[in-house]
Amino acid sequence: MASADFTSLTFRDVTRHFGRRRALHHVTFTCEAGEIVAVLGANGAGKSTLLSIAATLLTPSAGSVLYGAQSARDGGIALRGRIGVLGHDLYLYPELTAAENLAFFARLYGMANVEAVVSASLTRAALLECAGEPVSSFSRGMRQRLALERALLHSPRLLLLDEPFTGLDDTASGVLRERLLESKRSGAIVVVTTHDLESIEALVDTAFVLTAGRAEPLRAGPGSLRQRYRSHVVS
Amino acid sequence: MSFLRTVAVVMRKDLVVETRSMEVVYTSALFAVLCVLVFAFGFVQDGRADSAAAAAILWIAIAFAGTLALARVFDRERQNETLRAMLLAPVPRPALYVGKLAGVLTLLLVVEALVVPLVALWFQAALFRHAALMAGLILAGSTGYAAVGTLFAAMLARSRSRASLLPLLLYPITIPVIIAGVRGTAALLQPDADLPVARAWLMMLVSFDAVFITLSLWLFEPTMTE
Repeated sequence: MASADFTSLTFRDVTRHFGRRRALHHVTFTCEAGEIVAVLGANGAGKSTLLSIAATLLTPSAGSVLYGAQSARDGGIALRGRIGVLGHDLYLYPELTAAENLAFFARLYGMANVEAVVSASLTRAALLECAGEPVSSFSRGMRQRLALERALLHSPRLLLLDEPFTGLDDTASGVLRERLLESKRSGAIVVVTTHDLESIEALVDTAFVLTAGRAEPLRAGPGSLRQRYRSHVVS
Repeated sequence: MSFLRTVAVVMRKDLVVETRSMEVVYTSALFAVLCVLVFAFGFVQDGRADSAAAAAILWIAIAFAGTLALARVFDRERQNETLRAMLLAPVPRPALYVGKLAGVLTLLLVVEALVVPLVALWFQAALFRHAALMAGLILAGSTGYAAVGTLFAAMLARSRSRASLLPLLLYPITIPVIIAGVRGTAALLQPDADLPVARAWLMMLVSFDAVFITLSLWLFEPTMTE
């Protein structure tokens, strides 16, 4: 195992303020390798802030985040190389072609044999025939598939996905679910925020609900994920 | 990945994006040319103008065109949050700053390659009489300006009021660079060029560059992660 690698993600009493506004309040949870965790909650509940902190783009105002036994500071640059993020915005350059986008990020991640990596990713995304076309000409679904491959390019240990099912049709959603299961089987920790609970129903191992920055585990029980979420919110 | 390789990858990406759209070069160059043209109508009498005026107008055009270029280059990174994607990469974050700086500086130099001959032509200014020293002044001045501008534009990329905040922050801090550029250029444009004074201003610009780049390298990571 590389020194920056890890098999768990732990939020320990994490609080984050933006000025006087409190985005996260004493959030504590642990996810293990091979687990898909859903973070549910209304808009503005703190889901994107939580993902940004997990991605090392934000530091907590209080509390700590551990990747295995190390903090983001301890893990440094190498730790970032084990994290993949698919944001609500897709992190793609519309002026560049699909292949150029992937090649740029492959180079930034210091990957060897960039052309082979890009070709394999484009094949997985079923975009090989569009490799030379600018991303600005792609449909939302094509962009989303490309963005997912960009996030998975370096086989991250921790995969953070912010609303990944937005704008996808049934086929594309199915492909995304399959890719998430592949990541889970390969030992990744997958943390996903979504309002599309039906799409992740069959994938999720653990779910918790963020309400005004506070995290509570979603109670197990009968009914679908949405029914349990609704009864949790009502109570 | 090494620092210099990251710089090259980021800079190359910026230049490829720009060659696809030519948006920054066209808008900045058009703005700079119009700026010089309008001033030429005001200051040139009987085909001659005060040499100091030519120096000042050249640097005003560079500063304004530079602000336009900086704003647009980082607008691109904001639109699809690609700046965040770069910050997530396992590379030294200061290398991302230097890569962006190198890209902005290259675009600015392209615009200057158009503006400098126009100022020389319309103001009958002897900008090419001491070409090496003039090139040094422009390169050093543009580097200092772009160094501060790249840091502020990156910091403000996600701010709603970035369009108004960028010039408000940038101009006061880069005033020493603009003044040094104007004074150095004016010294070269005198009928008897004052080379020692021009060299002194060039050294001043190089010192500003060293200070601004060092501070920016130091500040880039903390400002980007908060």
